[in-house]
Amino acid sequence: MNTHLLQGGFNAPPQDGARAFRSIMNAMARPGRIFDVSGALPPTPMSVACGTVILTLCDPETPIHLAPSRDIEEIRHWITFHCGAPFVRASEAQFVIGNWEEMLPLKQFKQGEAQYPDRSATLIIEEPEFRNSGAALRGPGIKDVQYFSLPTIAAFQQNAALYPLGIDFIFCADSQIAGLARTTRVSEE
Amino acid sequence: MSEYNFAYLDEQTKRMIRRSILKGLAIPGYQVPFASREMPMPYGWGTGGVQVSAATLTPDDTLKVIDQGADDTTNAISIRKFFQKTAGVNVTEKTAEASLIQTRHRIPEVTLREDQILVYQVPIPEPLRFLEPSEVETRKMHALEEYGLMHVKLYEDISKHGAIATSYAYPVRVEGRYVMDPSPIPKFDNPKMEMAAVQLFGAGREQRIYALPPYTEVISLDFEDYPFEASKADHACDLCGAENSYLDEVIIDDQGGRIFVCSDTDFCTSRQDQTKEEAA
Repeated sequence: MNTHLLQGGFNAPPQDGARAFRSIMNAMARPGRIFDVSGALPPTPMSVACGTVILTLCDPETPIHLAPSRDIEEIRHWITFHCGAPFVRASEAQFVIGNWEEMLPLKQFKQGEAQYPDRSATLIIEEPEFRNSGAALRGPGIKDVQYFSLPTIAAFQQNAALYPLGIDFIFCADSQIAGLARTTRVSEE
Repeated sequence: MSEYNFAYLDEQTKRMIRRSILKGLAIPGYQVPFASREMPMPYGWGTGGVQVSAATLTPDDTLKVIDQGADDTTNAISIRKFFQKTAGVNVTEKTAEASLIQTRHRIPEVTLREDQILVYQVPIPEPLRFLEPSEVETRKMHALEEYGLMHVKLYEDISKHGAIATSYAYPVRVEGRYVMDPSPIPKFDNPKMEMAAVQLFGAGREQRIYALPPYTEVISLDFEDYPFEASKADHACDLCGAENSYLDEVIIDDQGGRIFVCSDTDFCTSRQDQTKEEAA
């Protein structure tokens, strides 16, 4: 194991984690709005945002699945050292990390149970960039309509149709995040 | 301050609470189970709200704590001091200056903004609990959207009292799906729940967290012929004269004397200050 993998964690875990969580919470509470996060410096090709989300939310209690593009020895070691999360198959994961293309079909992930819809996967999706244009989002957390450059529309419509079951999403690009909850109604516009 | 981790709780506990908050926001009105910790205060004093606040506070926050609308009651003061000591955050009594407001049983009169967070202390999070004591059963009822019992309860109110007599903890339906207990806020406050701020609910003893994202549809249950009414005492505040705020009835002597005053102390004092300034 390379010693540089010991680097890149939070400098002040309680304060950095608290500030990062505020952005993540706002992202999940206001789907499609873009927020800044920083604090972690994970190995490439993982973004600062993705690393920060992992350090803020993951620990030995949260099984992670790395999609092939992120299933790299350096990333595994970095996550193991900094949060100790176990790595599991897609169907067992609480958090999934990868590119959008690797996430389909969404059915392979935990959708929650009728009595415990919270027991579903959260997908952390790495994107090269995103913008506030494209698909139209409506629903809780959005006053009228919010535009966001989603990679597709159909998959998110199918996910929303499962409500109250379904998967929740955190999109990451560089040091920015945006959220999308299962309640968000997505349409073209 | 250096004796405590920031905001008292250890980081792993905060992560656990934060994950529950995120799922709560993703499923508005659904009660997410969480591993509530023992806090240095008794159950019933807001241990759930305190844990949610501890997991949500950042060093840059300004905290306000209210108990039934008042900043200056024992519960509010001790929680405010707790976070001053363990998180070193700024505190305020002014609603407009606060970025995080922990509340017991009230929503402030001033309209909350997008950059504010409202954290409720919740005693019994399950709206169906007094109708069905079994958690196994109420969980099934939520899964099956079986809320007929709640309407029967409101109907029985009407048949006994001629009106829906439930005046606080008035049940609401969130986004047409989950029936939720808004915590024991007066029903006067129910319409305010469709707000710009994030609302988080913490029940410590019952180990549940639930949430409402901004602008979530929150509808108070009612009947077509007996519509919901956000009622308050039919009076104006005797201190500031406000006619649109929620009032407490206060006994002032042993001769039966009583006055009505705003339950929101910040709202009331700022109105009184304004009147004094205008007079001066």
